[in-house]
Amino acid sequence: MSLTQLKGGPRDDAGRPRPTRRNRAGRPSAALAVPGVLFFAFFALAPMVLAFYLSFTKWNGLGDPEPAGLANWRKLLGDDRLTQSLTVTVSLTVVSWAFQTVISLLLGVWAAGRQRNRAVLSAIFFVPFLLSSTAISLLFYALLDPNFGIIHKDTLGTTSGAFLAIVFVGGWQFIPFHTLIYQGGARQIPEVLYQAAAIDGAGRLRQFFSITLPQLRNTATTSSVLMIVGSLTYFETVLILTQGGPGTDTAILPYLMYQAGFKSYDFGYASAVASFLVLAATALSLLMVKLSGFGAMRSTREGM
Amino acid sequence: MSHDTLPRPVKTEAAPAAERPARRRAHWTRRANPLAGAGTLIWLAVVIIPIYAMISASLTHQDEALGHNALKPPSHPTLDNYDTVLHNGFGHLLWNTVLAAAGVVLIVLVLCVPLSYVAVRTRSVWSGAAFRLFLLGVAIPAQAVVVPLYLMIAKLNLYDSLLAIILPTAAFAMPVSVLILTGTLRDISEEMYEAMALDGASTTRMLFQLVIPMSKGGISTVVIFSALQAWNGFLFPLIFTQSDGPRVLTLGLFNYVSEFGVNIPAILASVVLSGVPIFIVYLVARRALVGGLMGVGGK
Repeated sequence: MSLTQLKGGPRDDAGRPRPTRRNRAGRPSAALAVPGVLFFAFFALAPMVLAFYLSFTKWNGLGDPEPAGLANWRKLLGDDRLTQSLTVTVSLTVVSWAFQTVISLLLGVWAAGRQRNRAVLSAIFFVPFLLSSTAISLLFYALLDPNFGIIHKDTLGTTSGAFLAIVFVGGWQFIPFHTLIYQGGARQIPEVLYQAAAIDGAGRLRQFFSITLPQLRNTATTSSVLMIVGSLTYFETVLILTQGGPGTDTAILPYLMYQAGFKSYDFGYASAVASFLVLAATALSLLMVKLSGFGAMRSTREGM
Repeated sequence: MSHDTLPRPVKTEAAPAAERPARRRAHWTRRANPLAGAGTLIWLAVVIIPIYAMISASLTHQDEALGHNALKPPSHPTLDNYDTVLHNGFGHLLWNTVLAAAGVVLIVLVLCVPLSYVAVRTRSVWSGAAFRLFLLGVAIPAQAVVVPLYLMIAKLNLYDSLLAIILPTAAFAMPVSVLILTGTLRDISEEMYEAMALDGASTTRMLFQLVIPMSKGGISTVVIFSALQAWNGFLFPLIFTQSDGPRVLTLGLFNYVSEFGVNIPAILASVVLSGVPIFIVYLVARRALVGGLMGVGGK
């Protein structure tokens, strides 16, 4: 970029001229963004608002919704299934997060090495992610079948068995993806940090905890947000593997909503559950943003 | 901060000098790690065993399957189960899925590239607000809005059509796509825009001749990410479609369960077949696919 050399003015660390408010070229008209914003607003934000509205109505899916005041919310807050469902959803999210993070982090850092055998194994490790969640759920539905599967026991018939099966199946599918994210993150850690640590006499373990982990903070945040939002939505796994069972022991919030709406045709109540889910997911992500400084991503990325 | 706790260089001068040159020469990413190697072998088993069981069971005769352990290889391997699946509309399901994925990718690209361009290049209050809106949108689970979307789709007369799957899937792929694209677009240096501005280029020309060519990596990530959303999507097809016409692969697989009933080998054959197209893509374009997905994690 010979042009850079010719220009004076403020420069950043990399020697590039620092953009100032005046000299920023190529400011596009905001009109370019309008179609995207409108489309997103129509198909994602408007339904959210509509869900809140519907939660105050009675609607069986046919005809028009009728106002019902707070009836659905009263029913929801007094519903034992909600408490149970919330507990299951939260424990499923936490356990899945821990399971997936530990394994993906270790595998990802390992796979960041450029040895040939690591590349070959990483290529195999990725294969589960090529199947859809529906396909994977069906696969384990068959493999956990007491008459046919690997384990000739009714794994899905027990509460803990069903719960762990969902955690495992979710992990089996998504660990390859998160491994990849951590691998990418680990490869971006500046080599010089390790060289410095090696000169300082830091061992492998020390380097992992003092360099690798802190340097992967942003990566971990991205991966965790995707994991947590993802595990709130293990809908097909639950539908196919356990149907929320045994009893209602693995009926996570989205499944509860599906049952209420598309099985019992009580769309008002289903909307109350959905609104609750939106509130929970938003609160959760705001909390994550606050705890991790995800919003500050902009500043840590700029100039890299 | 943890790096403050590292010993200072001065202290290590007493360390055995013989050990250090070797360590310095070995690139950290190239050193062997036996403990980690053993761990990965365990994970290899976790990955391989279900895949092996799936393929071996899909080759088992239905009569042999009952009371059979899925880990045992079939005594008389057969392709009958694949035949059953292929004669039950598999091609049609696959075609619908490809159409849906293409539609989603097209919408996401057409809408998100200009949007991200605006979000990165303008610093107005509105573009900042729009960016944060999408940031928060990452957390909205699609499940939460299926009931109102069902109402909207019905009112728009889109129920039971491929568009009923494509439009909401595209909308929910947008937040992550915008995040990926803005990340890539920020890497285009200021002087490139300035050089184009000196040449008298309009912002539209910059979009086509600078922004799009320079953000190929981010764009391919977005293509892969949004295609996978369509490929994986189950809830929208389940709720917004009903008939055979617009049925996609995921829903088709789910329906095979009731169709084939206890014929578990046939169900597994359908699972294997559903993985074949994307497996071929993986074999042909592994670098692009993996590199693209790595981009979802940002930098």
